[in-house]
Amino acid sequence: MVSRPNIHVKSKVAVVGAGITLFRRRMLETPRELAWEAAKQALDSAGLTIRDIDCVVIGSAPDAFDGVHMKGEYLADGSGGLFKPTVRVYVGGGTGVFVPIAAWWHVASGLCRTVLAVAEEKMSPARPHPQGVFAYIWDPVLERPLGPNLLWIFALEMRRYMHKCNASKETIALVSVKNKRNALDHPAAQAAANITVEDVLNSEVLVWPVNRLDVSPVSDGAAALVLASENEARRITDSPVWIEGVGWTLDNTHWYNRELGYPRYVQYAARMAYKMAAIERPWRDIDFAEPYDPFDYKELHHIEGLMLARPCEAPKLLEEGWFDRSGELPTSPSGGLLGVGNPIAAAGLMKAAELFWQLRYEAGARQVKKPVHRGVAQAWGDLMQAGTVVVMGN
Amino acid sequence: MPDGGKKLPGTYLSDKDLRALPGLVEHTPEAKYMFSAGQAQSRFLQGLREGRILGVRCPRCGRVYVPPRSYCEYCFAPTGEWVEVSGEGEVHTAVVSYISTFRERMEKPEIIAVVRLYAPGYSGKGDEYEFPGMFHKLCGVSEEDVMTGRVIGMKVRPRWRPPEERIGSVTDLECFEPVKS
Repeated sequence: MVSRPNIHVKSKVAVVGAGITLFRRRMLETPRELAWEAAKQALDSAGLTIRDIDCVVIGSAPDAFDGVHMKGEYLADGSGGLFKPTVRVYVGGGTGVFVPIAAWWHVASGLCRTVLAVAEEKMSPARPHPQGVFAYIWDPVLERPLGPNLLWIFALEMRRYMHKCNASKETIALVSVKNKRNALDHPAAQAAANITVEDVLNSEVLVWPVNRLDVSPVSDGAAALVLASENEARRITDSPVWIEGVGWTLDNTHWYNRELGYPRYVQYAARMAYKMAAIERPWRDIDFAEPYDPFDYKELHHIEGLMLARPCEAPKLLEEGWFDRSGELPTSPSGGLLGVGNPIAAAGLMKAAELFWQLRYEAGARQVKKPVHRGVAQAWGDLMQAGTVVVMGN
Repeated sequence: MPDGGKKLPGTYLSDKDLRALPGLVEHTPEAKYMFSAGQAQSRFLQGLREGRILGVRCPRCGRVYVPPRSYCEYCFAPTGEWVEVSGEGEVHTAVVSYISTFRERMEKPEIIAVVRLYAPGYSGKGDEYEFPGMFHKLCGVSEEDVMTGRVIGMKVRPRWRPPEERIGSVTDLECFEPVKS
């Protein structure tokens, strides 16, 4: 039985090209140069020029990182957006997957035939450490007087997840081990490594239970996709990758008023995307996933939010190798944020790009073992509140 | 993926490389803000100054909000019925922070927690997902209590600053501390 899509579209939408820069702690290029490098590469991979593009969608996270207070406008020329309908979208860490979602509705609505979708982040300019910039996402009245560090909120969530699901730090560290190992095969990777659980446990304790190697690094980088309507896509390529479903939701900013062990907002976003894609049993119908992994426990948390495992089941499946590249349901075959790096918006789009490469069997050494027909990418953001999900198929 | 042989664009710089660049620009933005706490939170902060924790109840769905909001997010209706909670509650989750806001190592670690407050008459409608609660510091517990998980579910209550030191801020509540049984 196929459920009815919950949305009417004028055209199916395909991804026809993708590009990415290196992800590094600090780079010479300006944010707009990084955007240009990724955008140009995405166009080249589709065999298109900027003249073939109708509309441009740009994604970038807080202005305070790059230090330019109008990043959409600033990035417009490097993203190919001059004299075209151009928009910048932003939902915190969820931005990277929100970029293909926004690009999707540009095409699905019939408004644009081709869209260049670009995500860029340059975190390195912020001094002395980009952590300080996160101080300004907290509520000014209720939270900032306590002198919070962004890691607190993740540590609180991780601690709750560990308690609720009886998951140990050792088990959770396996995510970091897996993703950093997967990233050894990613040419953009910044934090690829062969490490052990002991390395994670022995790394610096930042906010217990979060150690240094439980967290993704600070990065600069950019990524881009080209999206096209069905007619255009079939002209451009023999192997378009279809966007089958998109979903996104926001919860409130009062993260201390809810159960932190399960991400409700991710589940709602996933349900929207699965409904559109006519997926009723995601744990069976999805072949591989790119869940958002800025922290190792987050991948497990998000696997459950995406309904790819039952609540609290992900740690056990992880131990069994279920999520390895050769496993039943490979997760973060790219290497994820933990391995490839975390230039915020670009990292999320890197995950969407991985769906494209995997579904075209172009992922090289990263190609998952099993045949793939359908993948899901997800990002999360803001104060434990944004969920963005995209499902693609070949 | 661009084939393995071709190097991806982007030029890595070490911190030293960066500092040696011609035309390096340094800039510190100057911005100062004065935030009003708004209708609901101003009264909440006033309550804290008096050593009381106030919330509001939605007349339609019965949800109790602590900290209070002037509207119910779910019914999209005005709240307005104020309730005082005892301040007692249980620890939902807690962690030990060794770093400051700007990621400097702290000499003395802090224990941070989310406290699920007991709210009389709270009709959560069986939905355990939401609860009246606060994000604050914990005192009177050890790092080990956090790491072993002893602290989760522990019954706690507010420790107030002396009245003359209170300024109408969340810091008027010094921390939550265990209720000795």
